Amino acid sequence: MAKQLWARPFLYLLALAMSVFFLLPVYVMIVTSLKPLDEVTLADMWKLPSAVDWSSYATAFEKLAPNFWNSILLVVPATLLSALLGSLNGYVLSKWKFKGADTLFTLILFGMFIPYQSILIPLIQFLREIGLYNTIPGLVFVHVVYGIPITTLMFRNFYAAIPDEMIESAKIDGAGFVRIFRYIMLPLSITGFVVVAIWQFTNIWNEFLFAVTITTSDKQPIMVALQNLSGSQIVQWNVQMAGALLAALPTLFVYIFLGKYFVRGLLAGSVKG
Amino acid sequence: METVKIAPAKETTTVPVARKKRKWTADHWLATAFLAPSVVLIFLFVYGFIGWTGYVSVSNWNSLVPDWSFAGLKNYQYLFQDFRFQADLRNTIVFTVLFIAVVIVLGQLLAILLDQKLRGESLFRNIFFFPMALSFVVTGVVWQWLFNPSTGVNLFLKPLGLDSKWYTDTTILGGFQWGKIEFGIPLAMIAVVVAAVWQMTGFAVAMYLAGLRAIPDEVREAARMDGATELQLYWKIILPLLRPITVSVIIIMAHISLKIFDLIYAMTGPGANFVTDVPGVYMFETTFRGNYYANGAAIAIVMLLSVAIFIVPYLISSRKGES
Repeated sequence: MAKQLWARPFLYLLALAMSVFFLLPVYVMIVTSLKPLDEVTLADMWKLPSAVDWSSYATAFEKLAPNFWNSILLVVPATLLSALLGSLNGYVLSKWKFKGADTLFTLILFGMFIPYQSILIPLIQFLREIGLYNTIPGLVFVHVVYGIPITTLMFRNFYAAIPDEMIESAKIDGAGFVRIFRYIMLPLSITGFVVVAIWQFTNIWNEFLFAVTITTSDKQPIMVALQNLSGSQIVQWNVQMAGALLAALPTLFVYIFLGKYFVRGLLAGSVKG
Repeated sequence: METVKIAPAKETTTVPVARKKRKWTADHWLATAFLAPSVVLIFLFVYGFIGWTGYVSVSNWNSLVPDWSFAGLKNYQYLFQDFRFQADLRNTIVFTVLFIAVVIVLGQLLAILLDQKLRGESLFRNIFFFPMALSFVVTGVVWQWLFNPSTGVNLFLKPLGLDSKWYTDTTILGGFQWGKIEFGIPLAMIAVVVAAVWQMTGFAVAMYLAGLRAIPDEVREAARMDGATELQLYWKIILPLLRPITVSVIIIMAHISLKIFDLIYAMTGPGANFVTDVPGVYMFETTFRGNYYANGAAIAIVMLLSVAIFIVPYLISSRKGES
């Protein structure tokens, strides 16, 4: 066990070094956001602010608040609807399999890998046609539709773990499609809903391509507004960093408090287990 | 950021039962009816729209007004002779290869590190994982500042005699003429790769860690009993066992990197001489800023095909693995 003596400190050193790499951007983000603009000079980038100055947060908040609100109006209904749809699909595709159900599932699944650029032009034409272009409900609709593959996959895998015997015996007791879902599947899927909701919440909050192409100015979600901050003439890095932090806060909170479920969503099905 | 591998939907009903003819009840109709809207939506909005985009890509619609007249492969021919698109192809290849290679190596390294029962393991794990919860836009904004050539990490590197221009550097490493462009590694891409690695490594770590936890302790014990050193244990036994996970990691990372848009758009944009441009950015700018819809559609179709090369075999093989 002699090698352990030098090996352990080395492992800790490595873990610390890697932690520095991962935390460095956070450090820079925080110190920069707390500086007044005249202290945000390139040479002093790594230094702590001479005094904590919250004004960049005030500026960033003023600029981003309406878009922050847009994002909430987008993400809450989109998450709920796509989780509900996913659970129904997952239920049918795992417990009411019909001939060709697995092939159909694979075809649905393909939808989550496509580059969305390949559907964007028709999508925008379509949204214009039905009057949902440049509206939050339009974005909700888009996220629900393109969320079908991932939410279906997650719920299908989740429901696969519920023994078929339970369904069979419920059927013998006279329960049908709806009753089984309501009284057996739903009560057992609380965790599934948490995992899927967190996953969808994070992805939709962070999404950029649909947001930037489907909405303009006052309808834009937070990430587009954040990106636009840098589009102005002089880049106010302190405001930028404060804005980035504000925009990241909701998903960071979710990660900090419900990280376990976030990682479960990430692994949902990716590793056989 | 999605994952696949269809977990085996347990067919607990074994052979004799499966033989039995399933009764198709009213409930089956109901089940199908509940699934139908989603199926219709997917067929329309995924497959239908892909077809529509394909149609746009062979049309003459390169202005604000739709022009559906048939252009043949003209738009594709234009693209593949376009300096910018050639640069995009080079950049995507370079980005994808570097990004995946680093994510795999770092992912395995950190997963093994976390598997050593370190004190504060969960803290380290959270530090490695949290960037995944962030948006690529946030990552892009922050790393743009960190890799600002006159500041950022350069303040540390300058005393060491290094003074990289990072994403503003137009040098192509190991370049040779390829079409209209110089093929090689654009130095500016390195900065983008670092940012992407920062954000996505946690994903690989999580997957490898789950894989490591699934390896029974007896495997390690047996190897140690046979006198294997820790290094041999990992190199000869554990890493080979993790290979199926590496396949999943490659597929997931490849489809992310082939369609990357937001990170680069927020961090660098196309860059001077298009050194950090990728098809996703080109498609966005030419379609929605330049109104070259047919060209944009053609780029989108090329992107789709490049992703499909990885994804379709993967989906088919996971489906086979299931049955």
